[in-house]
Amino acid sequence: MTAKEQVPPVAGSKTTDSNASSKLPPVAVLLIGWLVPGAGHLLLGKWVRGILLMVSIICMFAFGVALQGKLYTPNTCEPLDMLDFVGDLGAGLLYALGRLLGWGQSAVLTAVADYGSKFIVVGGLLNVVAAIDAHSLAIGRKQS
Amino acid sequence: MTISHFAAVVLFSLFTSIVFGITQRSEPRSMLRFGAICFALFVGGTVAASWAMWFIKH
Repeated sequence: MTAKEQVPPVAGSKTTDSNASSKLPPVAVLLIGWLVPGAGHLLLGKWVRGILLMVSIICMFAFGVALQGKLYTPNTCEPLDMLDFVGDLGAGLLYALGRLLGWGQSAVLTAVADYGSKFIVVGGLLNVVAAIDAHSLAIGRKQS
Repeated sequence: MTISHFAAVVLFSLFTSIVFGITQRSEPRSMLRFGAICFALFVGGTVAASWAMWFIKH
């Protein structure tokens, strides 16, 4: 069996490459990557990727708030609003900070404000993608 | 804060393409290429859809 034919490492197992540089378990990398955008990659020593992800996702969220986008809450009866809330929740601590400071509470009255709402939702979803990518790096599913 | 619709498209495409490029590819060169392709498709697709809607209306 050549090196390229080796079985990929199982979740949670130790890997021999640089992806295993973090002492934290992969689940912790996933959670921290979700709470703080890009932090999962930073924990794995992927500095450039982590900073780029952090800047992109935070800018996405910040532009959404600046455009007077809405931060959705769970206590609504609209199914689409619930989906938007799930997307918003993907931003992790950014969402909590926004709720704490009262951002995104006004009604969406303009097209640009609607764009802002979509920026916030998509920023949250992108953060989930980034956190899962960090998890994949931590368990060795993604090689580099 | 208010921005034009085109600026919103460019900003959205830029940030989304960066995340897609980093997360969907493994090598830095392919990340850059995939991100650039995503950005071009986002912006180009939006402009094309906008013109299509204009022609439908007129």
